[in-house]
Amino acid sequence: MIDLKDVHKSFGENEVLKGITASVQKGEVVCVVGPSGSGKSTILRCINGLESYDRGEISVEELKVDRDAPSIVKVRTQVSMVFQRFNLFPHRTVLENVIEGPLYVKKEPRAAALERGRMLLAQVGLAEKADAHPPQLSGGQQQRVAIARALAMQPKAILFDEPTSALDPELVGDVLGVMRKLADDGMTMVVVTHEMGFARDVADRVLFIDGGVIVEQGPAKALLNQPQHPRTQDFLRRVLHPL
Amino acid sequence: MKGFWHDAVEFFPILMSGVVLTIVVTIGSLLLSTVLGLVWAMMRVSGIKVLSVLSASLINVIRGIPIIVLLFYLYFVMPDLGVTLSALQAAILGLGIAYSAYQAENFRAGIEAIDKGQIEAAQSIGMGWWLTMRRVVLPQAVRIVLPPYGNVMIMMLKDSSQASTITVAELALQGKLIASSTFKNTNVFTMVALMYLTMSIPLILLVRHFEKRAGKK
Repeated sequence: MIDLKDVHKSFGENEVLKGITASVQKGEVVCVVGPSGSGKSTILRCINGLESYDRGEISVEELKVDRDAPSIVKVRTQVSMVFQRFNLFPHRTVLENVIEGPLYVKKEPRAAALERGRMLLAQVGLAEKADAHPPQLSGGQQQRVAIARALAMQPKAILFDEPTSALDPELVGDVLGVMRKLADDGMTMVVVTHEMGFARDVADRVLFIDGGVIVEQGPAKALLNQPQHPRTQDFLRRVLHPL
Repeated sequence: MKGFWHDAVEFFPILMSGVVLTIVVTIGSLLLSTVLGLVWAMMRVSGIKVLSVLSASLINVIRGIPIIVLLFYLYFVMPDLGVTLSALQAAILGLGIAYSAYQAENFRAGIEAIDKGQIEAAQSIGMGWWLTMRRVVLPQAVRIVLPPYGNVMIMMLKDSSQASTITVAELALQGKLIASSTFKNTNVFTMVALMYLTMSIPLILLVRHFEKRAGKK
């Protein structure tokens, strides 16, 4: 349902994506791993139009992603995003954060939005925090609210941009748990992450990106246990055995 | 200061009529400068080149002209161009335009202080530019902008006295008129000063309240 064909993207002189071709099927969980600066996050940001791309084509359910076209709103309501730094709206309560999109973008009736909002908060284990403001929550709780906010749009896929990188280590598990449940429920997910355990256990497929190209890709277990390319091998050795 | 209380009682009603006009000019130009400032600021951050350049140049032109010259222009020059304004209209318009430049820069600073992640989060749930502004950016910018906004209110209250130069009989001009006809300069201008101070104090307290609230976050 998400297709990238020969996508190129430069920031000034610096070409960060050098021809990315990949696709994500419905219900698939794809993890994108690679060293920092390799262009992983940029791929996600291009998919929902937070960044433009210079060449190639990205489409979501046959709809071309073009951040300057009105159709981008449709893409964004179908593909939600969860950010590294949560980006919750601090001036609104947790529940208001969750129903903001349904209410003001999708123009759903308030009662229905509220009901589903509460249900989603229960689903991520934060029903009792509905009336708190985001700054009062821990990082892990904020990220779970952000996931509920993404789900509230009833998206066909969710993009996760290093969702646990800004969290204290003991809070990572709660967030990954929620994500695993989503994967089990059949949500289509693209996850940029450094959590190799999550990638191995939950992902269907892993893409290894380095220097703006896909160096290697394949089924998660095979790629992470027996990487073929020397760069993949080197990267995984550094991540898994930093000492 | 001889007979200050006697003079105070005698001149109070006349000076109060000046106070009324001072308040009218201040509130009128405050509203106008807020609306115009908001428009300039939105143009500036719109991401549309023509609008942001236009707004930046407008702000610089306005900032580069003294308020008193702007007032003279509106009151004395505009009639030659076929637009006749009353002194009060010209005063509100002039002060409103002059202050819109400062308001705009203040608003822009507030808007630009909002974390880019907030805007991306809004976009990622499908919000367009205007909805992002209205629901996400402006409500957060208000907290940042309020303390300097309060300071602008105090400055406008005092600068409304410049309207006296185009015959608006506000507090300063009423004082000057009484003083020049009675020669009681000391008593009259002491009263005028005290009356401005009295009007400023609530605003000063308001700014302090804003600052406390912004600090708390």
